[in-house]
Amino acid sequence: MTAPAIRAIGLSKRFRIGERVRYKSLRESIQNAVTAPFRRGRRSEETIWALRDVSFEVTPGEVVGVIGRNGAGKSTLLKVLSRITEPTEGRVELRGRVGSLLEVGTGFHLELTGRENIYLNGAILGMKRTEIARRFDEIVAFAEVERFVDTPVKHYSTGMYLRLAFAVAAHLEPEILLIDEVLAVGDASFQKKCLGRMGEAARGGRAVLFVSHDLGAVEHLCSRAVLLEQGKVALEGAAPGVVNGYLEGLRRTSPESGRGRWTLDGCERPAGMKPVLRGVTIWDDTGAPTATVRTGAKVVFTIDYDNKGNTLVNPHFALRVEASNGQPLIFFRTRIQGPVGPSPLPPSGTVTCTVDRLPLAPGNYALTVGLTEREAQLDLVEGRMRFSVAYGDFFGTGQLPDPAWGPVLVNCTWRLPGLEPMIVSAHVDRQAGPGKGRQDGA
Amino acid sequence: MSAAGRLDDAPILVIEPGRRFAAVRLTELWQHRELLYFLIWRDVKVRYKQTILGAAWAILQPLATAMVFTIFFGRLAGIPSDGIPYPLFAYAGLLVWTFFAQGLAQSSASVVGSANLITKVYFPRLVIPLSAVLSGLLDLAVATPLLVVMMAHYRVWPGTAVLAAPFVLLLALLAVTGVGLWLSALNVEYRDVRFVVPFLVQLWLFVTPVIYPASVVTPRLARLGVPSWVLGLNPMAGVVEGFRWATLGRGAAPVSVIAASAVVAIALCVSGALYFRSVERSFADVV
Repeated sequence: MTAPAIRAIGLSKRFRIGERVRYKSLRESIQNAVTAPFRRGRRSEETIWALRDVSFEVTPGEVVGVIGRNGAGKSTLLKVLSRITEPTEGRVELRGRVGSLLEVGTGFHLELTGRENIYLNGAILGMKRTEIARRFDEIVAFAEVERFVDTPVKHYSTGMYLRLAFAVAAHLEPEILLIDEVLAVGDASFQKKCLGRMGEAARGGRAVLFVSHDLGAVEHLCSRAVLLEQGKVALEGAAPGVVNGYLEGLRRTSPESGRGRWTLDGCERPAGMKPVLRGVTIWDDTGAPTATVRTGAKVVFTIDYDNKGNTLVNPHFALRVEASNGQPLIFFRTRIQGPVGPSPLPPSGTVTCTVDRLPLAPGNYALTVGLTEREAQLDLVEGRMRFSVAYGDFFGTGQLPDPAWGPVLVNCTWRLPGLEPMIVSAHVDRQAGPGKGRQDGA
Repeated sequence: MSAAGRLDDAPILVIEPGRRFAAVRLTELWQHRELLYFLIWRDVKVRYKQTILGAAWAILQPLATAMVFTIFFGRLAGIPSDGIPYPLFAYAGLLVWTFFAQGLAQSSASVVGSANLITKVYFPRLVIPLSAVLSGLLDLAVATPLLVVMMAHYRVWPGTAVLAAPFVLLLALLAVTGVGLWLSALNVEYRDVRFVVPFLVQLWLFVTPVIYPASVVTPRLARLGVPSWVLGLNPMAGVVEGFRWATLGRGAAPVSVIAASAVVAIALCVSGALYFRSVERSFADVV
């Protein structure tokens, strides 16, 4: 058995609240020194534990993902492991050279040329000059900036700049690699290159710790994952299980909990509307009500109605998904999608609308619900129900859609000259096996 | 490549909560000498980018100041200059003084100015103020030939004392490093330092024999029964007097002043490095 490359034992880090945002002035410090004896004991209340008793191991050749909400301690953990900040308690043992990528292009200077920045950045990341010189051509080729090596980077496009920055980092050869979200860089093809690089690193026997918000990437890249909650290890194990546990936790504890169900009884409506719609619920693929669903997952919307004893004649229900700015995106309506069903409908009941694979990119959305009877608007509740969509693997390829490309995702078939049609469909890929994306990326 | 093979005999690095007192760890500093080199090189490369006069600024600053001093202090106020032509006297003093003043300004702001590095990468933090101080040596080197030209013009020749010049410059380096370490570390927690430094440099100039020779002060001190080495408690007094003696070759060696300055400069350096090390663990949290 190989010794772990990273072993963290009971790691804790305490911050004084406000310490990170405010710095003292000399006067305050003197004042504090004078008044401190009179208010002992108050100090302890002003601290928070960013990490509390965190223990885990990473063995060589393993990629371990660290996930958790903002403020769960992910970044603090990375900073402690990279020796940027000291732990308050506990201990870490690192076997081998550590390369930490908390950002790409640390220390890049806009006035310096690409060549000069490669050397400077390499030195900052801990590479020897001879090492950089040896790999220089490789770095330049990887970044695809051959023609601009001697141009100051301030004249680079954003893409070129990021590619160069990542290229230097990617040619770091430490035994332990600590990575923070750097993959959220560049265009899709470059991202793929970067993911490949990480897989290579692990196969080369390195230990990789990967901190990310990107659940899809964690699921595809990492063999194991650690879930941090309020500075503690909440879950540890195989990546898909931990990711699911995280989503589960989001539902339970997020401020929207209890939402996912909306009662419309007392809600404001446009003039002339009859309060027939009583409630809306969003259900996830496990059958639990939620206000946070995943891209590409099955989602069920249910609408409860009550027409006070009267049957509904020729009714049509509609749901409209809107972007957070109110822009309508998708319209689900019984009239255009059918089946129309028996008419009249009973005076009260529940209507179900199932979306097999939610075609929405990660982000925040709102729901509008409406009902017409005999082609006349009977009830309407606009934009009340806010829900969010979390990252998920819509296309089943391991490539996560970037919300910036647009809010709606659609499957399609590509036909390229001389090649078999390329069907981008989650169903096909799912049957090929869940690990397909990982093999692709690696 | 098999990293796994290398791993078993790789050294284990242990991260633990630090103790109160932190050693300076010179070996680690030495291991990062290439980073130090690259940071100095960056400072030098970037300093005069997008300026019309470029490195000429390194000469212009002490030269212009020397001219103003010559007119007001040399001519109008008639301040003595130990028998050396006043422009030469002033320029020689300002050469080392400018190195000190610039080094102080650069280094005191260096740690706060490198927040982006400190919060993202580990390396011995001492590298930051050191590179800020050392990059000033280039300006000094650029401005020195003019001193030689002026000496030739006024026909002032150095004696064997010129051999002591490198040691005097080393003393200057120690002095600016010592004060720079203190200020750069203090600046992280107390941003007051930013306002203190320009003020401090200005006052310091007047208590240092740059405008006037030490020989103006020493007789008065002697009358009060204070020995002349007391002047050297200001490390820059030893540097400026020592530099003039070494290069302009007049008078006896101000040994006692230089010795006192050397002791103070070394004390500042050691205490500065220890203070810096003891607070650097919180830099990333505070900066």
